[in-house]
Amino acid sequence: MGILGSVKGPQRRYTIRLFSLMAMYLASLIIAERYLDRAEPVTGMLAYILALMPALPVIAIFWAFGRLLVETTDEYQRLLLIRQTLVATALSMATATGWGFLENYDLVPHIPAFYWAVLWFFGLGVGALINRLTLGDSGSCA
Amino acid sequence: MKNRLKVLRAERDWTQSDLAERLEISRQSVNAIETGRYDPSLPLAFRIADLFDLAIEAIFSQGE
Repeated sequence: MGILGSVKGPQRRYTIRLFSLMAMYLASLIIAERYLDRAEPVTGMLAYILALMPALPVIAIFWAFGRLLVETTDEYQRLLLIRQTLVATALSMATATGWGFLENYDLVPHIPAFYWAVLWFFGLGVGALINRLTLGDSGSCA
Repeated sequence: MKNRLKVLRAERDWTQSDLAERLEISRQSVNAIETGRYDPSLPLAFRIADLFDLAIEAIFSQGE
């Protein structure tokens, strides 16, 4: 039985999308690094395009999660997912806001903004843990 | 809300999975409803009532 053997329906589609997008992210990151992180990097419009390429699959993961919410017809499972989303959003946005002010007064080092997306994905896991502790079910997406 | 889902299910000798399959929802959902951790939406409550051929108020009632 493969990695998706026991995963069905919307969760299966989400997992396939997630792994596909992660592969695209890695591929585009390798390309961007190759042409932008060197002694004489590519410049101009091409530099912008190359720099944004790894961002697109990550942005698409938000879309994939949105599709998971839409395609999940089981209302209780959808509730668990929405709670996870709220926790992830609250955690990442609150941390970004706090960090932004600390950074503004030179109290902490600068962090590239894409790390807030990473924190959001981590927040999904925290949300699943909170679901587990408060409802006894972690949901199916973390 | 309180509900009689577990009793009604037991009367028919159905497992939570059996009921979940008949309602086209997850077993987790059945468990959450039975244990009072989740109150179903009105459409789902109607589906449950239809399945047991009862009125909604014969299955669900006010209270913890």
